[in-house]
Order: sequence, then structure tokens, then C-alpha cells
Amino acid sequence: MSNSTGSRYGSAVFTLPSDQEILVTRVFDAPAELVFDAWTMPDLVKRWWAGDRGKVTEAQIDLRIGGRWRWVMTANGGFEVAFSGEYREIDRPHRLVRTEVFEMFPEAEALSTLTFEEFHGLTTLRILGWYPTKDIRDAAIASGMEGGLQTSLDALEGLVRNEE
Amino acid sequence: MARTPTTTDAFSAVAEVSRRALLNALGTEEATVGDLADWLGLSQPQVSKHLAVLRAVELVSVRVDGRRRWYRVNGPALQPVFEWARNFESTWNSRLDRLDDVLVELQTKEELT
Repeated sequence: MSNSTGSRYGSAVFTLPSDQEILVTRVFDAPAELVFDAWTMPDLVKRWWAGDRGKVTEAQIDLRIGGRWRWVMTANGGFEVAFSGEYREIDRPHRLVRTEVFEMFPEAEALSTLTFEEFHGLTTLRILGWYPTKDIRDAAIASGMEGGLQTSLDALEGLVRNEE
Repeated sequence: MARTPTTTDAFSAVAEVSRRALLNALGTEEATVGDLADWLGLSQPQVSKHLAVLRAVELVSVRVDGRRRWYRVNGPALQPVFEWARNFESTWNSRLDRLDDVLVELQTKEELT
């Protein structure tokens, strides 16, 4: 498969549509159902959510309206990073809306709207995060450092390649 | 009570929408307060106020030419803002790249079964 070379690596686009929002957009060579499942099935979430920043230790998902989710990773620095929230809208494979809280700052709840748009076998994933204030939005951006500054994309490449 | 200054660094300075508009309007050009006021539809005092904030954190520099003052963007001072956003971007890229791998693998498995 051509994509096994990781041709889309690093292609997520990051924008700030308003003072209270963050939008991340990324295209995948996969049907929308599969991308949706990767966000809603614990075994799959465990395989990608930590990226190269650590290891996912917990991926609880109660996929129904009002159901809770809680994802935890142990970052490479040894500390735990936990996010959790509640599902608000579930429309497989088009749309998923959930509240989201970085447990270190529980008062700062965000609303995360994921849309999965399939066209000619490619799926565009949009993750729109809405934050109660601009300061909280900015803190969320700063927490992109959650996994520590040791990013090693080369190691990531090597790690995923040995599946083949 | 001590009041936190709103403009201690490049981050707080660009947090204000008019100041971002001002930086955008300046772009790679030099401009006077009058130019900027015209372009942005702001009053000259408003522009001056924002320029003072941007100058305080060195995002904008000024060149005095006779009675005119020419303002321009000081690019290197914006660097920390780019770095900051890039870190967030790189976390998400790292995640979504891994998701990419998972999806490829799932589809490869589907083809085999």
C-alpha cells in the first residue's frame, strides 16, 4: 500500500477560527467508518492517542449520549495525562460531539466536535475544540507540550514500521 | 491589588484582535500611524495605543525620518509565538500520524480476510 510510507505524516492543519476555538484538520486514506471507530473503540484508541509522547494506559468509552469517556496516558516524562468527558452526539460515521476536560484543570471544560467527511475513499477529519474563554483555549494549546519536549518522530517511524 | 499587565510579552500582545490586524496590515511594509488608521478604519489614537503596546514587547520597531515615524514588524520577536503553536501542532500531528498507521493496518487486515 502506498500510504505505508507515511506520506501524510505531519499534514494536520491547525487553525484558530475564533478566540475560543481550535480547529485541527487531517485527511486519512480510509473510509469514514474506520476513522470513526478509531475514535470510539478502546483497543484502537490505545494504539494512537499518545502519539510518540507516551503510552495510553486507559481508554474507557461508554458510547451513548451522556456516556462518559476517560483516556489516560503516561507521558515519556513519567507523568500521567488524563482527559475525560461525556458524549453529547453520536452519529456514526459522520459526527461525534463530546465534552472534554484536561483533568488537571477540571473547571475548564471544552466541547469537541469531530466530523468525518468521506470523499472518494478519503476521509477528512475535523476536530473543532470550543473553549469557554480565550485564556482556557490558549492554555489548551500550551498543553500541547503535555508529553514533554522530547519529540522523536524518527523513533515513531521506526516503531510503527516493525508491524510490517 | 497588583494588576497583571496585559502586555508582558509577544503572546499577550498578539492576543488582542486589533493588534493582530495591525501586524497583518504592516506585513513586510513600513507604514505611518496615518496609513495604518486608514487601512484598518481605526482612529489615529487607537492605532498609536496599539503600536505602543507592540513596541513595548518589540514586535514592532520604529524609524524616525524627519517628522515622520515609520513602523515595521520585527519578525524575530514573533518567533516564540510560532514555536508555541508549532508544539501543539506537533503533538496532534504525532497522534494523527499514529492513527494513520492504525487505519492502514486495519485496512490491510481487511484485505487479507
